[in-house]
Amino acid sequence: MIEARELAIGYGKTEVATRIDLSVAPGEILCLLGPNGAGKTTLFKTLLGLIPALRGTVAVGGTPVGELSRAALARAVAYVPQAQVMEFAYTVLDLVLMGRTAHLGPFAAPGAADRDRARSALDQLGILDLADREANRISGGQRQLCLIARALAQDAQMMMMDEPTASLDLGNRFLVLARVQALRERGFGVIFSTHDPDQARELATRVAVIADGRLAAYGPPDETLTAAMLSEIYGVPIALERTDSGRTVVVSARPDS
Amino acid sequence: MRAGLILALLGLCLLASMLAGSIIGPYQIPPGEVLKALAAPITGVPAAAPIDTILFQIRLPRVLAAALVGGALAAAGASYQTLFRNPLVSPDILGVSAGAGFGAVLGILLSLPVIAIQGLGFVSGLITVVMVYALARALRSQNEVLVLVLSGIVVGALAGAGISLVKILADPYNQLPAITFWLLGSLSGVKVSDVWGMAPLVIVGLVPLVLLRWRIGVLSLGDDEARALGVNVAFVRGVVVAAATLVTAAAVSVSGVVGWIGLMIPHMVRPVVGPRYDRVLPASVLMGAAFLVLVDTLARSAARIEIPLGLLTALIGAPIFVWLLARGRRVWS
Repeated sequence: MIEARELAIGYGKTEVATRIDLSVAPGEILCLLGPNGAGKTTLFKTLLGLIPALRGTVAVGGTPVGELSRAALARAVAYVPQAQVMEFAYTVLDLVLMGRTAHLGPFAAPGAADRDRARSALDQLGILDLADREANRISGGQRQLCLIARALAQDAQMMMMDEPTASLDLGNRFLVLARVQALRERGFGVIFSTHDPDQARELATRVAVIADGRLAAYGPPDETLTAAMLSEIYGVPIALERTDSGRTVVVSARPDS
Repeated sequence: MRAGLILALLGLCLLASMLAGSIIGPYQIPPGEVLKALAAPITGVPAAAPIDTILFQIRLPRVLAAALVGGALAAAGASYQTLFRNPLVSPDILGVSAGAGFGAVLGILLSLPVIAIQGLGFVSGLITVVMVYALARALRSQNEVLVLVLSGIVVGALAGAGISLVKILADPYNQLPAITFWLLGSLSGVKVSDVWGMAPLVIVGLVPLVLLRWRIGVLSLGDDEARALGVNVAFVRGVVVAAATLVTAAAVSVSGVVGWIGLMIPHMVRPVVGPRYDRVLPASVLMGAAFLVLVDTLARSAARIEIPLGLLTALIGAPIFVWLLARGRRVWS
């Protein structure tokens, strides 16, 4: 359970957004939306305890993040960054093994049990066959799954994913989304930032929209992601359309319609 | 399993190079005599007098010093490269060698005892790293690596200017030759007491690096990711900078400035043991030690005069490094 109360976020004296109240419990997916520069990444870093809150509190499992040690926090909340090419050519298995760090003694290196845990995490995401490949030499989608596997190996109940589908092609995007959905069904709580309202509608149990320095909307996707709200925060005319299968999709509003 | 085997092989290479270093020299000692002399405390049969003196007073201290210096510089290089997430940093490029060099040269100018020269080298090396790091942080560029390397060049140039000033002030007959030879790197004057002085410092520096090996490796993912994985980044980074600077300063204060080892050795071991720091560190220590023992043996036996070590490591290191680079980015990525 991650809970933010009356949170103000920013760097140093620069306030990025304020009055943010939100919470995610196990079995829920919270999608974080907002225009570029609205403060999604800042909120992420604040929730992860990487930068201090300007005001208000972030609590994990009822304890303020400032009172938890780095390792204790890592055992409760896992972070899935955007997949990037790394400076060092770690294998997929070694990268996933790093997820075990918070469970190791300060002077220990991972042992056989940790390797088994890493392998089972890879297996759960269907990429065990990549274990010995170099993480820089697999596709972007596979690398993203590898980072999710690392979060699984971390054995934390909550996961925070920073735009996990941002640089993926369509097939990989759907693959990653399906895996995230499966994680929720297995009882993980997920905070997921995205630029795609359709993804949020498809996946989220709740949506938080950060815009204009505040929490502009917070609630179930169908109530929050209205055409009016989206048009306002993105500053372009946006319409919603219903497809034949009954799904709602976001489209650009034509001036003549 | 495979990594363990490679480390064992590298350990054997180190032993072989140390044996070669004990045998080769102006006075050749046959391998059998070396082993007999080494086993004397057990067998109770001492080696012949000249062999005993040459081996224990001259050759072995020098071989041990070379192993310690090579291992220390390679460990520092591997640590800095992982910490700064940059395969091109090394004690030389970060200005630590020049910084430690400035302190030690100042010690020579002031005719201080060896222990004070080492202390000055360590302190000025540490100040250099802190300055480089603070400067890079203050500049707050998007390209951290570039700013870090540029900061290292700037601070290193300052230290270089300091060294030049000391050379001008130094007594040209007594101190200047010592300073000049020392700046090129040499183990020619190494005594048993130097080894005893350096070994504890190198070991004290290596122990925390070995203990924290896994967490240091995780730091290579970047600060935010490492913290989210449960690493106390500020603490681990502080330990690495202090430990790597300690071993560099301890080595440089005995051998003078020996370049290339810290940069090159980790690059030579990564294609063999992979990029994981917990493997790169021990492999670099063993390989760096073996490499410098062989280079030092060459330095004292290839020509009639002593060849400065820094000259040889550059001559050997530059082509090897170009070859590694030409093999492509796979060397580190």
